[in-house]
Amino acid sequence: MSVNESAERRPPSLVVLGATSAIAEAVARRHAARGWRLVLAARDEAKLAAVAADATARGAAAVSTHRIDFDDAAAEAGLLDAIEAAVGTPDAVLLAFGTLPDPERAHHDGEAAAAAMTTNFVAPVRLVTALAERMEAAGRGTIAVITSVAGDRGRQSNYVYGAAKGGLQTFLDGLRHRLVGKGVAVVDIRPGFVDTPMTATFDRGGPLWATPARVARDIDRAMERGRAVVYTPWFWRWIMLVIRLVPRFVMHRTGL
Amino acid sequence: MPPPGADPGYLAWGRVHRSRHRVVRPRFAEEAARAGGDAPNGVARLAYGRGRSYGDVCLNDGGTLIDMSGLDRVVAFDPATGRLTCEAGLILRDILADLVRPAEGGGWWFPPVLPGTKFVTVGGAIANDVHGKNHHDAGSFGDHVLALDLVRSSGETLTCSPRENARLFRATIGGMGLTGLIVRATLQLARVPGLLLDVEDIRMDDLDAFYALDAESKAAWPYTVAWVDCLARGRRLGRGVFTRARPIAHGPLPESAARLGEPKLAVPVTPPVSPLNRVTLAAFNAAYARRLMGRRSVRRVRPYDPVFFPLDGIGGWNRLYGKAGFFQYQCVVPPAEAPAALRALLDEVARARQGSFLAVLKTFGDRPAPGLMSFARPGTTLALDFPNRGAATRALLDRLDAVVVEAGGRIYPAKDGRVAADAFRRFFPEWEAFAAHVDPGFSSDFWRRVTGGAGSA
Repeated sequence: MSVNESAERRPPSLVVLGATSAIAEAVARRHAARGWRLVLAARDEAKLAAVAADATARGAAAVSTHRIDFDDAAAEAGLLDAIEAAVGTPDAVLLAFGTLPDPERAHHDGEAAAAAMTTNFVAPVRLVTALAERMEAAGRGTIAVITSVAGDRGRQSNYVYGAAKGGLQTFLDGLRHRLVGKGVAVVDIRPGFVDTPMTATFDRGGPLWATPARVARDIDRAMERGRAVVYTPWFWRWIMLVIRLVPRFVMHRTGL
Repeated sequence: MPPPGADPGYLAWGRVHRSRHRVVRPRFAEEAARAGGDAPNGVARLAYGRGRSYGDVCLNDGGTLIDMSGLDRVVAFDPATGRLTCEAGLILRDILADLVRPAEGGGWWFPPVLPGTKFVTVGGAIANDVHGKNHHDAGSFGDHVLALDLVRSSGETLTCSPRENARLFRATIGGMGLTGLIVRATLQLARVPGLLLDVEDIRMDDLDAFYALDAESKAAWPYTVAWVDCLARGRRLGRGVFTRARPIAHGPLPESAARLGEPKLAVPVTPPVSPLNRVTLAAFNAAYARRLMGRRSVRRVRPYDPVFFPLDGIGGWNRLYGKAGFFQYQCVVPPAEAPAALRALLDEVARARQGSFLAVLKTFGDRPAPGLMSFARPGTTLALDFPNRGAATRALLDRLDAVVVEAGGRIYPAKDGRVAADAFRRFFPEWEAFAAHVDPGFSSDFWRRVTGGAGSA
């Protein structure tokens, strides 16, 4: 058996950036149950270890972890090396880290706004660019990035976060365009309200709220099919269509 | 369709009680330790799993609920020994879906005790010391807990097992979450020959037939249960279907037989008027009886899911009882009193004409209960569902309590939302000994109702 052949038979690999978020963990768990190899990266060592142990027990073929602060540009090289060492060029990447800044601060304090931009836009762009280079060279792969319905239109309630996510959507749109025919799928995932610690201070409940497990199922499917843009749950596509079409003079009378 | 889990507020499965809570939702061990271990500030707390207990043992009006659903990780699983260590919020569905696999040395590792739904957490299964259709063979859930970690409101985390903190361990099994916050547990899975079941449904003409079939099936069938038509009276009292099952060895399973999905049907909203009434109940019971098509018995090989969890196939079936919700009543009566007591109970139910959608009979085994407050004791258990029709329903359940008190039995706190304090104290004479183990920082609606909130403080 040649070296090449044995490599072909290895289970597929998924890299999860921000692996301790509720949604990312749920996606990783689905891949673990199917016997994938996983590389999990996040900031908190103890949480990362808990997520990794669970993935291992649920059937992942191999799990490696990498502790990283995604805001720290200098740490990027170490992460890319760790991924290379663990799985080579990954079959799939899910970028799930991000923060929801306190709008009151972000809207009045330029430093807070810039920090939110770094985590939600600059760092994802840097990492996706680096990983896309490798996948393009390999001629295969799926890059999925969790953006948000908040990126679809600037609204008074959280436009800094929305701007970062909207910028990321535009970036992914262009990257997808550039990679047409190169075997690399670029998936833009836009969740609506998800019941996670990120939204813990919101008044939750009601039909618009989804569980991380439900959103993870949609992400899993979208990644498998290489869909360009996916709203989850599905009805957000139509809600956001309406919100984008509302004339400005009407929009400005709402508290959205 | 609204997404699952988006239900506003925290309810119990019976949807009768409305309590207001401050909710905390830890996702990792250190957050759980903080949620359970903060110094008591006068606000009582209580763990909440997936809200599958029926009444108010999982509610804590005016206090804090610690939603444990985010702590649902496997910590370690050893395929050589079948030992599973997990966080308390892991649900049994996940064990079945992700951990049931061929065991080293033959057979499969399988949860040793499964209640009627797979959507319960391990923490909840311990706190209510749940049982399954195999109680006579395997005991209750607590019999298979090797150790657990308990966060007390003093801030300390105690590892409890039959050897370490043994009295607290015994109090925590079936302790209704009142002894502290269960954050982690180690379970011993059971080795079974296969995942398919040899299942036999047998017609049962009366209560005597139940006892005869039960005695005959004990030795060779680890799973037994009987369904009873509650509308049948007089000579036909106890008419129903007796089901017995045992796991069998098999070759590789087709993917579809092994796969456990989400419910195929769902009840997305609560109908304003419950579709369950005398007419539909009679139709349901008749349809159930017809499963046998007039034959004395039917024997088949089936996957375990529909046998163990017949109602899990319909997501949110509890909503079918409408806005007022429903009560479940489950009691156990000692072997000597059982025949007379069951007759009296079923007669009372049939006379009240309040229609029980499900009446389930089962005989528990003789092994001593693992928990101080465990429900399952030697004897026969009867479980009934009643739509909540207010005072009339509560009066009927009080009459059933009187029969059970007389027989020296007890009711199941996990199913209860209305038992009177004096009846509870007669059902559970251990309650005062148990109260000494109750953490002063923990309480529940149930506990305050039946004891006034007794604790060790």
